[in-house]
Amino acid sequence: MSRQTSRLDAKKVNSELLTLTYGALVSQMLKDNENPEDVNKQLERIGYNMGVRLIEDFLARTGSNRCLEMRETADKIQQAFRLYLNMQPSVSNWSNAGDEFSLVWEQCSLSEWVEMPNNGLKYCALIPGAIRGALQMVQLDVQCWFVQDQLKGDPVTELRVKYIKRLEDAVPAGED
Amino acid sequence: MVIYGVYIVSKSGGLIFNYDHNIPRVETEKTFGFPLDIKLEYENKKVVVVFGQRDGINIGHVLLSVNGSPVNGRTTDDGKDVFDLISAKENYPISLKFGRQRATTNEKIVLASMFYPLFALASQLSPVPKSSGIETLNADTFKLSCFQTLTGVKFIIVTDVNMQGSDVVLKRIYELYSDYALKNPFYSLEMPIRCELFDTSLHTLLELVEKSGTANL
Repeated sequence: MSRQTSRLDAKKVNSELLTLTYGALVSQMLKDNENPEDVNKQLERIGYNMGVRLIEDFLARTGSNRCLEMRETADKIQQAFRLYLNMQPSVSNWSNAGDEFSLVWEQCSLSEWVEMPNNGLKYCALIPGAIRGALQMVQLDVQCWFVQDQLKGDPVTELRVKYIKRLEDAVPAGED
Repeated sequence: MVIYGVYIVSKSGGLIFNYDHNIPRVETEKTFGFPLDIKLEYENKKVVVVFGQRDGINIGHVLLSVNGSPVNGRTTDDGKDVFDLISAKENYPISLKFGRQRATTNEKIVLASMFYPLFALASQLSPVPKSSGIETLNADTFKLSCFQTLTGVKFIIVTDVNMQGSDVVLKRIYELYSDYALKNPFYSLEMPIRCELFDTSLHTLLELVEKSGTANL
């Protein structure tokens, strides 16, 4: 275990590097694409593609087991936020059925110095994409969207995650 | 601690990576007088020893060359049929080279896709529900260890029977895969892994395991 914990923070980079690189990406996409809606979609897709790869990294580093209910999943997502973005969003607003929750944060390294033009852009659309992609690889189909966004004047940023279904036919043998 | 080979099988059962690490090459060349005291037969497009094991030429070995000319199928390089050559007395003494045939890439792909249903079968045969698939498979000359990730990728190593700590090695290979294969933007999922960095770091890992075991991984 000692080795694993030391590996978790093995390759640290300055978060400002990430913030600026991401900012450059988004602003370039806005230049290339007239329509902010398209940029949202593109970002979501990029996030998805990152998620399907990043999940392996997460599993290899943390040695997590399969989640059998949504609360565990929420914990793991929280852990992933700490691991990859060094932030600790709180999990709240559980639905009664226990299939829907919110991740709430006040500060996100992706959007640290951002002032938004008022054009419908979802600046952090990469994050819900990544969550969706990663969970799909572990056979969980979820929906993920922003309810509140600080960049749009809300007090906090709130990301809603909703369980849709378990992808039964994708479950590998010996795992179901 | 000898590791003979590393295989990675994708979620859909395709072989996406294979690496032969340390398979000793067995080849014996010997000059024979007439009549030949080894029985040969033509099977699976190879000339195989079926009876008459001697001098390091074992049953199952394949005829590799005749008088230094490589054998392809049942003919030599100069187009002569092997069985005609060895049945004619005037060709003796004759020098034949036998060796163990290595699996070709195609055969490995077939084997990998055969392991896939075996793995699933094992989990269904289990008397206890929610069993995993095959994790280790022991034979008298090797041990196969398999690790399946939650996403369905299988990592397989074939080692000698006394290998300890295969699971640690497999976990390390998984880490290498997630670092060097998946973070390579030019690698697409489910496709064969052709990443040099992955290869080199895997070599380093296997050498380390061979030299100093798995204790300090």
